[in-house]
Amino acid sequence: MSVGSWIREGQIWGSIFRHGVPRDRRTRAMAVLSNVFLHLHPVAVRKSGIRLSFTWCMGGLTFFLFLVEIVTGVLLMFYYRPTVEYAYFDIQGLRAHVTLGLLRELHRWGAHAMIITIWLHMLRVFLTGSYKPPREFNWSVGVILLVLTLLLSFTGYLLPWDQLAMWAITVGSNMARATPFLGNEGPGAAFIQIGGVPLVHAGDDARFGLLAGTFVGPNALLRFYVLHCVFIPIVVTVLLAVHFWRVRKDGGISGPL
Amino acid sequence: MEGIKEFINAICRPAPFLVLAIVALGLFLALYRKLTKPAAAAVLGGGFTLFFLLSCLDPNFQKIVAKADNVPIVMMMFAIGYFLWLSFRQAALNDAAIEAGQPLREAGSDDKVLVWPDLVYSEFISLILFTAFLTVWAIVLRAPLEQPADPNVAPNPAKAPWYFLGLQEMLVYFDPWLAGVLLPGLIIVGLVAIPYIDTNPRGNGYYTFKERRFAITMFLAGFVILWVVLIIFGTFLRGPNWNFFGPYEYWDMHKPMALLNTEFHDLFWTGLLGRALPTEGRGPIPAYLIREAPGIALLGAYFILGPLILRVLFFRKLAAKMGLIRYSVMVMLLLVMLLMPIKMVLRWTINLHYIVGITEWSLNV
Ligand code: HEM
Repeated sequence: MSVGSWIREGQIWGSIFRHGVPRDRRTRAMAVLSNVFLHLHPVAVRKSGIRLSFTWCMGGLTFFLFLVEIVTGVLLMFYYRPTVEYAYFDIQGLRAHVTLGLLRELHRWGAHAMIITIWLHMLRVFLTGSYKPPREFNWSVGVILLVLTLLLSFTGYLLPWDQLAMWAITVGSNMARATPFLGNEGPGAAFIQIGGVPLVHAGDDARFGLLAGTFVGPNALLRFYVLHCVFIPIVVTVLLAVHFWRVRKDGGISGPL
Repeated sequence: MEGIKEFINAICRPAPFLVLAIVALGLFLALYRKLTKPAAAAVLGGGFTLFFLLSCLDPNFQKIVAKADNVPIVMMMFAIGYFLWLSFRQAALNDAAIEAGQPLREAGSDDKVLVWPDLVYSEFISLILFTAFLTVWAIVLRAPLEQPADPNVAPNPAKAPWYFLGLQEMLVYFDPWLAGVLLPGLIIVGLVAIPYIDTNPRGNGYYTFKERRFAITMFLAGFVILWVVLIIFGTFLRGPNWNFFGPYEYWDMHKPMALLNTEFHDLFWTGLLGRALPTEGRGPIPAYLIREAPGIALLGAYFILGPLILRVLFFRKLAAKMGLIRYSVMVMLLLVMLLMPIKMVLRWTINLHYIVGITEWSLNV
């Protein structure tokens, strides 16, 4: 008996994988069914659906990049403190002193790549008409995922606390000032008043809510950090579960009827 | 050589650049069967790549495309080109098959294969290849880190993250409440609405162009032209003070900018009627509303008469099929989208600043 088969037939292996080596139809089906990760997939799929020229694997790559971001992001959190005193120098130190200091590169380029792959995924879903019934709702879930992915990237952009970060977020968040009714420079804001006292000003408008202040300062850094590392990832994870579940429930990857 | 560069710098100005992009997309959609043939596509792709590489010899061009944060945009440009080819190639083959009464490329929907090994393995291979790609990218290119943040020193140009540069470009033509708030909001609403307003049952689950011309053309006009092309424009061709700079032009901080704007109310009251702007209100109506009345009427006509005219001219059958609500939503979204190029053209041709300019309420369009 070879070592390999000794391991595969032992009790430990058998307790983890409750099926034999996936060699025939039954064990291959079991391999997917009895594994919590693989069972995101159905047991069998349409042949055309898995051709690379059909899906470009773009949804899969987007998901993979999301996982890369989580792993590298958690590692980055070990080195990074979201305060104005430390943030920049933690990033600098990470670059200078940490072995395998590729973390930040992987995290940043992964984020850029994820935006590109999610756009391409949307393009492919559109061009194959895969948003048509019965998949309308999953397309909408996808759009929310797209918005959240952009917000993830946007909130992360601030964290290195360098000039690039601060001013990109300043440009972006200045828009909130112009929100109709809710921003202090937005149309209609002047009408929100009680007895001639305006209620919407720089100290309490939409931009203030976003930045927790009237400028991109320490409060904004903390707020963006929490949104970036905790809140948005959790929401994305939940919506991804819905998204994948619906891909299956809507009849798997689309194909001609 | 310098002459060629001058020429390219000149046609990259906003107006010709956008017009060229629209013409290119139009040609591609009109001739997709011919242009996606492997030989033609190779010539197009190879030609563009060669042009790009040659351009990299120019120091100003190189400086801007090789900036670490801009590298992904270069990748995106090539990726979108490639995948547009891949999908329209398949669409062309499918459309020919449909005409000949032959099965689609994706046909045989009952042929099932097991996920283990067929899908799991190809996912695994994609994952390995992509990991390798990302690692190489991370080794070759350092993530940028500039000077520590300083609220007192604003860089020039101050740019939003690259994926929002299309919106920042829109700020040239619209006020922030539109470019930064309402338009992005409507993009999201519009995307969510797509499956509910597109009632065409054909083209579900396979590549085709012929069966969905209108939907695909509109989507690509929005995605490729108004989103991606504007990002490319905002990244590579906008420099200090958000001035235009040609791809081979040096980013000069002191490039003068022409600022001569025309307001629609001036055109109407002074230009057309030869009178001064109204300064007196009438009863409860304040003067500024009278001043802006022509602009408001124009916009009102655009959004109220627009749907009716479009319906009579182009969408008679479509509107009947879609029903009132779907048609109204679709046509409103379409008109909002069209407002962007319309305003751009008005700016380029007659330097129009605001169609409606109720500065008293910060309500300017
Ligand atoms: C975090 C972002 C996202 C992830 C990880 C993701 C992942 C996936 C995966 C793995 C699939 C299976 C098929 C494929 O790979 O193409 C899929 C299908 C689908 N996705 Fe996404 N997606 C994301 C965002 C989006 C967006 C932005 C949209 C559209 C606006 C979208 C709409 C859809 C639809 C309609 C399907 C079903 C397609 C079919 O059955 O052919 N998704 N998604």
